[in-house]
Amino acid sequence: MRNTFINSLCELARAHDDIFLMCGDLGYSVLEPFAEQFPERFLNAGIAEQNMTEMAVGLAREGYNVFTYSIGNFPTLRCMEQIRYDVCYHDANVKIIAVGGGYAYGALGVSHHTTEDIAMLRSIPNMLVTAPADPHEARSIAKYLVSHRGPAYVRLNKAGEPMIHRGEVDVQPGRLITVREGAGVAVLTTGAVLDGAIRQIDEAGRPWAVYSCPMLSAFDTETMCSLARRFDCIVTMEEHQLAGGFGSAVLECLSDLRAQGRIASMPIVRRVGIPNKFIGYAGTQEYLRMKAGVDLGRILENA
Amino acid sequence: MDSIELARSVRLTALDLCHSKRASHIGGAYSVADILAVLYADVLNISPLTVDNPERDRVFYSKGHACTALYAVLNACGYLKGYDLLKEFTVNGSYFTSHVNHQIPGVELSTGSLGHALGVACGTALALKRKGNAGSVFTIVSDGELDEGSNWESLLAGAHHALDNMILIIDYNKIQSFGSVEEVLALEPLADKLRAFRWQVTEVDGHNHDELRKTLAESSLARNGLPKAIIAHTVKGKGVSFMEGQLAWHYKSPNDADYTRARAELEA
Ligand SMILES: Cc1ncc(C[n+]2csc(CCOP(=O)(O)OP(=O)(O)O)c2C)c(N)n1
Ligand SMILES: [Mg+2]
Repeated sequence: MRNTFINSLCELARAHDDIFLMCGDLGYSVLEPFAEQFPERFLNAGIAEQNMTEMAVGLAREGYNVFTYSIGNFPTLRCMEQIRYDVCYHDANVKIIAVGGGYAYGALGVSHHTTEDIAMLRSIPNMLVTAPADPHEARSIAKYLVSHRGPAYVRLNKAGEPMIHRGEVDVQPGRLITVREGAGVAVLTTGAVLDGAIRQIDEAGRPWAVYSCPMLSAFDTETMCSLARRFDCIVTMEEHQLAGGFGSAVLECLSDLRAQGRIASMPIVRRVGIPNKFIGYAGTQEYLRMKAGVDLGRILENA
Repeated sequence: MDSIELARSVRLTALDLCHSKRASHIGGAYSVADILAVLYADVLNISPLTVDNPERDRVFYSKGHACTALYAVLNACGYLKGYDLLKEFTVNGSYFTSHVNHQIPGVELSTGSLGHALGVACGTALALKRKGNAGSVFTIVSDGELDEGSNWESLLAGAHHALDNMILIIDYNKIQSFGSVEEVLALEPLADKLRAFRWQVTEVDGHNHDELRKTLAESSLARNGLPKAIIAHTVKGKGVSFMEGQLAWHYKSPNDADYTRARAELEA
């Protein structure tokens, strides 16, 4: 999905001459097409993510739609304050692209495990947090962001994700994309864990509904109310710490709807994610997901 | 108003603000007052009517804690039409926060967390170059602020991209928050460091208006492939004898007696 996203950006940059791409000295064999076609709108900022983010704000102030690109924690946690104050308070037109969400760089160690980013970025006003599940979502998000004015974050997985949707999807902040209708349990996922969720549900032969949420922000409350009325159990799944992530966002929304009297009762919410721990040993993304418990195993046993 | 009168007015207004609203950071406002006065009186290609004009010069005021000096200069130069700075400063609901706020006309960037503006200035300077825009980009940083590593990333970037439309002014008042710069985290040899980073460096007396005017004007015109750094040697609290060089005036706000004495000295 990384290549799909960057290639989409490259195509879009032909028609949109305000798109500017910066990288933190990463992107070998990925960013070259953009750099070659649009040298005037490309910059390798060096391994200096604070300055990259500040420069992005400077460029955005002068009319560019700036995308910063690096691995996981580097364009995000490394420069959180630049994101909060320079990008978000000024509502600057800066999009942060992180490749390697979750354990996509599993064997590289904890430095490269991107497992707290959603919690940190979604807490900042003006920030739109996005996490595509497959290449179609990635392309749809790229297209959306070309006309979206203001800060956004794109949490990409890496490479090799299967196509799940049939084509591009209508991504909107807070909107759930229906992957399949079902009954009893609704599984809500964000990012690339969707594929694993579907496989496990299929193997277990459950009729569960599945929704993907590529753009986290204030959820569409009508949809959430209707989910709460239709399902006794909502499962959330993310490759991220449980504290403050996607599942937390769903819980917050449902709890607010309950408090406002818009739903008569709260469905049971089972959150699947990383139980607030680091995994210090190496492993493939699949292995580390399994070790962290980022799968539906226990949910399927108990439901 | 000439730059000398403007500087006096900035110091008087900063005194009023710090006294009446019990605000801090008057020392850093006084060390930078002459720099701001010369910039706004004689150097910048900007006016209250051109704050959004793409051709304007940009000023990034990185030492946002010394907000009173910037608000005062903007006030004296007519940028704050419709505002009552003395009344509104820091009161409930006012955008005159005591770290500068871009919601106020003439303020390009909100600052207050030290070490952010130079990188934004680099991005702006790069954008102006790529768009063929002749504006200059001025950034004012304090000395203690240079402890922040982000500035050194930006210094690398400014030189690497040959941003000769950038003018960095360092308010080198030798005092930071909890001690002297020399004691806390020494910057010396600062000029050599900046030269080694491939910036063109000029050292000036930051309270001598003729020197400031000449250096600022020359730096803004010289498009020679090098970003410019002006090390302005200043005195924290400059202009009021009992504040000069005193760490305490990083924090203290003048009481009634301090106010009367300071006012008399500034008006003399
Ligand atoms: C990132 C950050 N850390 C700490 C502070 C708190 N702080 C405010 S002013 C200051 C000292 C500033 O000293 P200096 O940079 O020399 O400024 P000046 O002497 O011009 O007032 C400190 C530590 C801050 N505003 N931002
Ligand atoms: Mg100082």
